[in-house]
Amino acid sequence: MEKICVTSQGNTLDSNVDPRFGRCQCFIIVDTDTLEFEAVENPNISSGGGAGIISGQLVSSKGVKVVITGNVGPNAFQTLQAAGITVITGVSGIVKEAVEKYKKGELSSTQGPSVDKKFGMS
Amino acid sequence: MIISVASGKGGTGKTTVAVNLALSIPNAQLLDCDVEEPNSHIFIKPNIDNTSPVFIPVPEIDESLCDYCGRCQEVCEYNAIAVLKGAILVFPELCHGCGACSYLCPRKAIKEVNREIGVAETGTKGNLQFGHGRLNIGEAMSPPLIKAVREYSNPVRTVIIDVPPGTSCPVISSIKGSDFCVLVTEPTPFGLNDLILAVEVLRKLDIPFGVVINRSDLGNKDTYEYCAKEKIPIMMEIPFKKEIAVLYSTGIAFTEQMPEYKKEFLGMYKNILTKVKKP
Repeated sequence: MEKICVTSQGNTLDSNVDPRFGRCQCFIIVDTDTLEFEAVENPNISSGGGAGIISGQLVSSKGVKVVITGNVGPNAFQTLQAAGITVITGVSGIVKEAVEKYKKGELSSTQGPSVDKKFGMS
Repeated sequence: MIISVASGKGGTGKTTVAVNLALSIPNAQLLDCDVEEPNSHIFIKPNIDNTSPVFIPVPEIDESLCDYCGRCQEVCEYNAIAVLKGAILVFPELCHGCGACSYLCPRKAIKEVNREIGVAETGTKGNLQFGHGRLNIGEAMSPPLIKAVREYSNPVRTVIIDVPPGTSCPVISSIKGSDFCVLVTEPTPFGLNDLILAVEVLRKLDIPFGVVINRSDLGNKDTYEYCAKEKIPIMMEIPFKKEIAVLYSTGIAFTEQMPEYKKEFLGMYKNILTKVKKP
């Protein structure tokens, strides 16, 4: 089995992918084999600063190997990279479809942050 | 005595009031605490005789001692440290320099090192003493630099502080301990909205204050009505004059060319003296 994390605007597999990482509404942690999932409400949405860093720690502590999202900032990217987590950005649509695409190998990892600091603040 | 010149809204004329007040009264010292974009020096043109770097302490981790217990991350209020499995990251630009991580590290693996955030400078222009801070570009942490500038406060002078706009930490760092605060506003809906926020801050800090209405013949009467209702004294009004704007745009303090206003600033100063709390 492989555990991956998709940032989500809601708490189900039918929710939309959240374009933000650090300040997304919800982290959907999915087992790619069984599609069993855990929805973790993001406690860092209104964090004053460093939301990407602390969210990176959160998903790392859940043991995920891959993060699928819209965008990551530089601090989040650095944290995820240090945690050995593969980052995939530029993903939108329904969470379940994103997981399927990932399983088919249609998504490729990103080698750097896709947005600047504070992107998710607005 | 310390007189701070503040405003909720930016661009209302804090620097104009602070600079011209400092130039109109005897024995003044002007400290520009708007360290993110200091501009008082443009009008004063001081001879700077001292430039000192200002630092904040940030953590440096000795990974040979660290066992990744996560205590530092837990106590960091600003998410400046990330502890991961077998890795630890420090984000110095998020660190506020509080020292909790190094103090509480059970393995004493953290020491504090200095990170420069900007410079504090002092100088003179004629009899006027001058000081300001220049925050490094891209730096978000201004309060430690503001404190460093305020350390130059001369207790035997009337210290005029040019405060950054807003109502957040840099403002509090700049106005705390003032004997009086001049709030500069303009009679517009935005000006009034932000004036009300600034008034709340000053009441909380228990600092006596009054209002200067800049471009007083623009906008509407709401600001006057608000001040009357709240019993806030209007210390001075500055009209919207092309002459003042042109002088500003060429870096000249307008009282230098329009000396009749020096008397008004001096009058405001004397009025302030009657309103400060007696020790």
